[in-house]
Amino acid sequence: MTLDQIKPGKGGIIIAVNGEGALRRRLLDMGLTPKTKVVVKKTAPMGDPIELSLRGYMLSIRKDDAAKIEIEVIADDTGLVGTGR
Amino acid sequence: MTQALLALAGNQNSGKTTLFNVLTGSNQHVGNFPGVTVEKKVGQLKDLKEVSLVDLPGIYSLSPYTSEEVVTRDFILQEHPNLIINIVDATNIERNLYLTLQLMELQVPMIIALNMMDEVVQSGNSIDTELLSKQLGVPIVPISAARKQGINELIRTIKKMLKHPVAVLKPDFCSGEVHRAIHAIAHIIEDHAKQCDYPLRFAATKLVEGDAVMQQKLSLHDDDIHIIEDIVKSMEHALQVDREAALADMRYCYIESICKDSVCKVQETYGQQRSEKIDRWLTHKYLGIPIFILLMLFIFYITFSVIGGALQEWLEIGIEAFTEQFSILLNNIGVSSWLHELLINGVCNGVGSVLSFLPIIVILFFFLSLLEDSGYMARVAFVMDRSLRRIGLSGRSFVPMLIGFGCSVPAIMAARTLSSERDRKMTILLTPFMSCSAKLPIYGMITAAFFPDHAALILISVYLLGILVAILSGLLLKQTVFQGDCVPFVMELPAYRIPAAKSVSLHMWEKAKDFLHRAFTIIFTASILIWFLQSFDWQLHYISDSSASILASLGSSLARVFAPLGFNDWRAATALISGVTAKESVVSTLSVLTQGNDAALAQMLPQIFTPLSAYAFLAFTVLYMPCIAAFAATKRELGSWRDALLTVGYQTAAAYIVALLIFQIGSLFL
Repeated sequence: MTLDQIKPGKGGIIIAVNGEGALRRRLLDMGLTPKTKVVVKKTAPMGDPIELSLRGYMLSIRKDDAAKIEIEVIADDTGLVGTGR
Repeated sequence: MTQALLALAGNQNSGKTTLFNVLTGSNQHVGNFPGVTVEKKVGQLKDLKEVSLVDLPGIYSLSPYTSEEVVTRDFILQEHPNLIINIVDATNIERNLYLTLQLMELQVPMIIALNMMDEVVQSGNSIDTELLSKQLGVPIVPISAARKQGINELIRTIKKMLKHPVAVLKPDFCSGEVHRAIHAIAHIIEDHAKQCDYPLRFAATKLVEGDAVMQQKLSLHDDDIHIIEDIVKSMEHALQVDREAALADMRYCYIESICKDSVCKVQETYGQQRSEKIDRWLTHKYLGIPIFILLMLFIFYITFSVIGGALQEWLEIGIEAFTEQFSILLNNIGVSSWLHELLINGVCNGVGSVLSFLPIIVILFFFLSLLEDSGYMARVAFVMDRSLRRIGLSGRSFVPMLIGFGCSVPAIMAARTLSSERDRKMTILLTPFMSCSAKLPIYGMITAAFFPDHAALILISVYLLGILVAILSGLLLKQTVFQGDCVPFVMELPAYRIPAAKSVSLHMWEKAKDFLHRAFTIIFTASILIWFLQSFDWQLHYISDSSASILASLGSSLARVFAPLGFNDWRAATALISGVTAKESVVSTLSVLTQGNDAALAQMLPQIFTPLSAYAFLAFTVLYMPCIAAFAATKRELGSWRDALLTVGYQTAAAYIVALLIFQIGSLFL
């Protein structure tokens, strides 16, 4: 599954970050590295971009770019990420 | 103490500017880094006047992909600052330390200013700064820049470090395969790095990452490059990930491992919790956009109608009174009539008309810095992003473009807050296509004379034309000039904060100073030039009838150029030239050149235009180069005459082509 398919309120663990060049490097630099927990918080009014919560902060990325992030959905997801709420 | 240079580096939204303002007070100079439109602020420390502090751009990494990041590393590698102050947001420590690890590789003495520690403690979380400092091998000073806590301790540490510089302990946070690769490559490039005066560890790491800029700068032999690529390939093979992911992963793993010991986070900080609540409204699915539009309408109303409008009127009255007194004084001294005219009609009126913009600019920037510093601007980008994506821009450009409908000058200046150089340049170029309020009198004049029954329709069509040309230009530029290096939209949504009064007032003062400086340089010169062209003929006789002036004769020769657009008339051409000083002058010039009074203007206009050519004239005025004040702002923000001239050249060319198409295609049907 990819990150753009995750419904708001749900999350998962990153398996791989695909894509290339500046965009991919930027995603990695912002902490979207494999094994990181990430939760989709909401979708922007026009349906795109989306808001993520990871490593204790909020990040916004576009759906096209989220489609490059492979994710494993956590079955029992409480919406908590990182070191607590 | 001798001269010293400090560099302030850190993430966006980490409180960097606030700390810079606290440390330097108002002793700051703003400029650009050479060759790029990246802002460079330099200031002297309040207590240590001989120590300069450079505010580097807010960045998240030292990749070779954005000019901000390249500028930062070039600055540190080439200017050799004595000390780096790395500001780290304690409420968001994991991601902030990612940059810290890369800065440490530069092998420059460093201090970490751990900002917003008060918020961490208040929320019941804690960070063991002593332990963290030991783990990183870098002194850490906990501070709160907004509350000015810990600043004295920070200054003491700076003094200590300047006296006895301690290099960053060898930052050996790499492990396993990456460690092997970095060290193997370090051996190969040791001589090259020394020759370029680059820190070895940094150069080697960048090569493992596949950093093309570094590879080029080190001027390696082809053989060496082959060996390095082999080393990297075997590392990638062993780790089953590619080079960039391997290094990002290694850094974050290291950060996680040290934070496990020194950071205790039991809950999100109060600020973060509050932000989530505020965002339920401000980025709400249905209410997000209406709230944004209402807020902007409110800002426009206050700026242009209430405060700005009143202040502008007072200022105009003041300038008029000054001009009058000055004129009387000149008469009393008995200066010659041409000098009198130069000082009064040229300088006072020219600069005066531009100066009256000042209140609007200051007030607009008051609101803009509130939006920016509170964290709302990032939400605007989030909410509006989709609408600008097609033309290759992000939601961040929305606010400058919107301000363009009021006045291009602050709109162009507002583009400074965009985080990518490419977006900044493109926004500066496209913003003047948003029809500014000074053009309204022109539309009023033309619609009254030619389209009295369809005034609203014509007005709307003119605004839409500007937007349409901006969209088409965006599409065109995306494919040509601004190809390729599109900066990804991966944007932090920072916690909302109450803007610091000092930052807001400094920001307003800085913009006002900037504008005044331009009013008295470029605009001053241009006013004198236009006055000269209006008041003299080619034989340099001082004339009273402006239809015999150099400007008029330039207008007549230009009239031919405008013939294909349908208005082969020297008065129209002259009006367009004088419109460059300020758009309102198009109307006043036309009225002076036709009958000398506004009432007769409507009757005279049909001699110059047909309805079709009048519309082509409207199209041209919407699109062609903005006024001299906006041009000066463009030059200032782009940092180069060449780029500024290309920009206005493009705008004027677009205006010509669109007006030409309108007239020629229209002629086929009418």
